[in-house]
Amino acid sequence: MQRDLILRDVRKALGRDAGQAVPPPPPARIVIPDVPVSQRIDSMLDRVAALAGKTLRAKSMAEAREYVAALIEGKTAVASNAPFLRDCGIAELPGVSSGITDREELRRLCATCNYGITSADYGLSDTGSLVMLSSREEARLVSLLPPAHIAVVPASKLLTGLDELFSILPRPAEQTSSMVLITGPSRTADIEQILVRGVHGPGEIHVVVVEEETAIAGPPEP
Amino acid sequence: MSVVFDEKIQQTLGNAKLQLAIYTSTGRLMDHRKKSLTGQLPDFEELRTHANAVKKHTIENLDYYLEQLEANVKAHGGQVVWCRDGQQVADFVLALAKEKGSKLIVKSKSMTTEEIDFNERLEHHHLESVETDLGEYILQLKHERPYHIVAPALHLTRYDVANLFEKELGVPNDTVIENQTLLARKVLRDKFLQADIGVSGANFLVADSGSIVLVENEGNARLTTSAPKIHIAVAGVEKVIPRAQDLATFLKLLGRSATGQPLTVYTSFLSGPKRAEEVDGPDEFYLVLLDNGRTKVLADREKRQVLYCIRCGACLNHCPVYRKIGGHSFPWVYSGPIGAIITPQFMTVRHEPALPFASSLCGACAEVCPVKIDIPKILLDLREDVVKARTEDASNQLERLAFRMFAFMMSHPWLYRLAGKLGARFGPKKAWVSHVPGAGMLPPVKLWLSQRDLPSLAKKSFRDLWKERKG
Repeated sequence: MQRDLILRDVRKALGRDAGQAVPPPPPARIVIPDVPVSQRIDSMLDRVAALAGKTLRAKSMAEAREYVAALIEGKTAVASNAPFLRDCGIAELPGVSSGITDREELRRLCATCNYGITSADYGLSDTGSLVMLSSREEARLVSLLPPAHIAVVPASKLLTGLDELFSILPRPAEQTSSMVLITGPSRTADIEQILVRGVHGPGEIHVVVVEEETAIAGPPEP
Repeated sequence: MSVVFDEKIQQTLGNAKLQLAIYTSTGRLMDHRKKSLTGQLPDFEELRTHANAVKKHTIENLDYYLEQLEANVKAHGGQVVWCRDGQQVADFVLALAKEKGSKLIVKSKSMTTEEIDFNERLEHHHLESVETDLGEYILQLKHERPYHIVAPALHLTRYDVANLFEKELGVPNDTVIENQTLLARKVLRDKFLQADIGVSGANFLVADSGSIVLVENEGNARLTTSAPKIHIAVAGVEKVIPRAQDLATFLKLLGRSATGQPLTVYTSFLSGPKRAEEVDGPDEFYLVLLDNGRTKVLADREKRQVLYCIRCGACLNHCPVYRKIGGHSFPWVYSGPIGAIITPQFMTVRHEPALPFASSLCGACAEVCPVKIDIPKILLDLREDVVKARTEDASNQLERLAFRMFAFMMSHPWLYRLAGKLGARFGPKKAWVSHVPGAGMLPPVKLWLSQRDLPSLAKKSFRDLWKERKG
C-alpha cells in the first residue's frame, strides 16, 4: 500500500520510528490588538472602499434595508437564510428570493440573479474581509455566482483581524466544511498585470455595517 | 549545460518584447510587495522567523503530521489517497471518473498538478480537464507551461491573447483586456456548471483540522471546490502545517510576498464534503497526497529547507537571473531561484547539471523569502552534488586532471609565482584565444568565445605591485 511505503520512506529519511512522540511545535503566534468598535467599523469600511468595494455605515437596520432596496430596485436578487437579513427586513424586499434550502434551486437562482445578498459570520476590520461559514443559513454560492454581492453585517461581528478570528475559532473544521474570507471584489491581473475586476466571482461588492441591532417587526412602513 | 537550456536562454535574451514584459511585470510585483510591507506590518521579520520555525518543526516530524492530517480528513467525511507519482494520481482520477460517469473536470491553479502533467495524462484517456484560472486557461489553449509561479501568463501581452482567442475560440480579434476577461468568464462559467469533478491544489494542509487552504483572487478555486459534486485536492506532502492558528502567520506573509495583498480576495478553508445541514458544497472530498520526489529530499538536513516553500514567487521577481532569462528557460515547471533548488532535488542533479550554477549568488532571494529558505546556501550544496555526480559518471577525466594540476600549483606558491612571471614575460600581449588558429572551430571553445576571451597576463603581478607600494 502506497500510504505505508511513503510513510516508511519519510520515517527512514528523518530517522523516526512509527508512533514516536514529537516535541511540541513552536507556540502559535496570536497577537490581538485592542481596537474600539467604532474604529473597527471605520477600518473595515475604509479597507473595502480601497479595494473598490461600496460601503455604508448604517445607523439602523432600516437604513441598511433602504440602501439594499434602492440598489436592487427592478433587479433580481437571491438572499441567504441568515436571520439578520430577515431582522433587517431585507429577505422580504420585492425581487428577493430567500429561504431556499434546495441545492439545485439555489444554484439555478444564483446563476441567474443580479445580486447575491448575505450577512457574514465575522468581519476582519484590518483587511476589510468578510468571514463566511457555510451552514444552513449561509450557502456558498450566494456570495459567489451572482455578478454582485451585498453583505449586511452587524457591527458587533467585526473582529480586529486574522489573529482574533483564529483565537475565537481555533478549529473552524468543527463547525463547517467551508470557511471563506472575502476581501474585496473578484479580480485578476493575469494579462499584463493589469487589474480587472469580476473575473469569476462578483466584480461588485457592497459591505453594509449596521450599528444598531434591535430587531424590527414586520415589513417596512409604506 | 544542455543545448536546450542554452538555446532557451539565448532566445529569451534576444527577444526585446519578452525582456520588456518580464522586466515590467516582475517590477510591478516587487513594487506591490514593498508597498504592502512598508509601515504596514511592523512584525514582518518576527513572522518570517516564526514561519521558518513552524515549517522546520513540521518537516522534522512530517510522518506524525501526515497521519494526524489523514485521521482528521477522515473524521470530516473525506478520503485520503497516497500517490507516489503522477501516474498513480492519474490512475486514481480516471478510475473515479469512470465509476461516476464523469466527462468533464474543472481545475483551479496548482503547481503540483503542473508537476505531474495532470491535464495531459487525463486527456490522453479522453477525460477533459479545463484550467479555470485566467492565466492558466490562456496557457492551456496555448499548450504552454506557466511562466511564473503566481503570474502564469506573465510573458504574454493583450495582443498575444487576442490572437490566441481568435484562433482557438473563433471570436473576433479583441485586444481590450476587460473584454478578454469577460469572454473567459463566460466560457468557463458554463464549464463550472457542467463539470462533475473539481480539482484543486492546496496552499496549506492543516493537520489539526484535516483541512485544505486555498488562496486566490479570481473566485475560480471557490467555484471549483463548491459547484461540482466531487472535489479532489492534489497536494505535495510538504504542504502540511500543524494548526489552523498557524495560518495567522502564514496568510499574512503569503499574500504580501506574492502580490502585495494583505490578504488575497478569497481564502478558503475547506474541511471535507458538505455537512448534512449545509445547503451546498460537494458530496465527496478526496485529498491526494503526492510524493513525486519529496521523500528523497528529506534525508538532507540542510537541503530539505526547500520543502518549506509556500510558492509566493517573490524570489523570482527579485532574481536578476530570472528577470533576464525568464520562466521558460528553466528545465522544469518551477522557475527562478526556488526552481533552481527544487528541480535538481526532485528530478536529480543530472536533469540539468548547469542549473545550480545559473545564479550570481547575490542573495536577493533569501532576503525576500517569507519562510527564510537559505537558497544561496542550497545552490552551493547542489553545485557540490553536480560535481560529485560528474565524478561518479567518470566522464570528466580531463577536468579532474586539470583541477589536480591547479591544486598542486595553488598549494606550491613558488610554482605559482614562477608560472605568473613566465606567462607575463613570454605569454601573448593581448586577448589571445580567438587568435589561436582553429580554436574557434571547436564547438565548446566557439560557444565560450561568443561572449568573452582570455586577456593577457599583466606585466606586473599584484604581489609585485603590493611589494613596491609597501617599499
